[in-house]
Amino acid sequence: MHEMSLCESVLQIIEQQAKAQQFAKVKTVWLEIGALSGVEPEAMHFSFEVVMQGSLADQARLEIIEMPGVAWCMPCGCEVLVQQLYDECPHCGSHQLQIVDGDQMRIKELEVE
Amino acid sequence: MCGVCGCGEGPIHSHDEPHDHEHDHHHGHGHEHGHHHHEHSAEHSHAPGLTQARMVQIEQDILAKNNRYADENRRYFSERGMLALNLVSSPGSGKTTLLTETILCLKDELSIAVIEGDQQTARDADRIRATGVPALQINTGKGCHLDAHRVGHGLESLNLPEHSLLFIENVGNLVCPSAFDLGEAHKVVILSVTEGEDKPIKYPDMFHAADLMILNKTDLLPYLDFDSAQCIQYAKQVNPRIKVLSLSAKTGEGMENWLTWLRAEMALQRIAYA
Repeated sequence: MHEMSLCESVLQIIEQQAKAQQFAKVKTVWLEIGALSGVEPEAMHFSFEVVMQGSLADQARLEIIEMPGVAWCMPCGCEVLVQQLYDECPHCGSHQLQIVDGDQMRIKELEVE
Repeated sequence: MCGVCGCGEGPIHSHDEPHDHEHDHHHGHGHEHGHHHHEHSAEHSHAPGLTQARMVQIEQDILAKNNRYADENRRYFSERGMLALNLVSSPGSGKTTLLTETILCLKDELSIAVIEGDQQTARDADRIRATGVPALQINTGKGCHLDAHRVGHGLESLNLPEHSLLFIENVGNLVCPSAFDLGEAHKVVILSVTEGEDKPIKYPDMFHAADLMILNKTDLLPYLDFDSAQCIQYAKQVNPRIKVLSLSAKTGEGMENWLTWLRAEMALQRIAYA
């Protein structure tokens, strides 16, 4: 999708945090990326390296924690795992699914110096 | 100076330069660090004492900044009883023609304005202005979507009267704009019947994010193999709540339902406002 601009947002947040929490170098960045967030981890890795060049996170390692997609099936009344937004309930075949998790894109934590 | 965020940028008057500017908006919320614990998995705990490395909890949504601006825009709309719609589609679905025809039908009864997003040129805003309503072109340059910050500046420039209907015509792109909340009441996705009926499952994020799908260019159906029923079924598969209207902006067939939907949504904004 727009992994390049997402990485630019990540860098902005890191720069703000560097001031607030007094660090000068970032060694590792952990992101939580949901299976339903529309973000492609491979494209994220590619963009991350490019965007972080020359910044305080230059050469930083990107760790992506992939979060499963979870939906609430209304007919079954239970939570089910989904890979795609158009998946059907594995129990009853319904598409009446409400996404409850797996659409996140978050910066979880940093390892800094 | 920008009243939305204090970023020093004035209202947008022209469309000719993609201006990327950075500014700090540290509102002191949206992230909590140091207050709460979460478990570090073994693979990313660090060996203490070897370096000065330390862990910093962030727990912040990557789009948090955009979402804050979107909330500001939403407050702006609600305080003024305005209806804002974010129109999304692939390029060439007929968004601008739908808008110009809609404006011609409604401009005598409603105050209408349009924010146009395109990578380059002011052609679409020119087409809208020819109908007699204000239009603001925002060129995203290399960007593939409008963001809430730019729309906020656009609102300052337009300075619309209360109870206005604002159409935000997003960049023609079925992928990226789905993730960027602009503060709109609804995303409306437009799909023309010259595209494949499987677009909703090929680009599920956008159809999942939209509240209304418009099937446009229905006057061409006799010449195409497009299966409308299958298309609608795919859209509902991705988003069981999505509502669908079929119309031809060119011939006017089906336009009345769309105009009724708009009037109803405007009426709801007025109720919320009063």
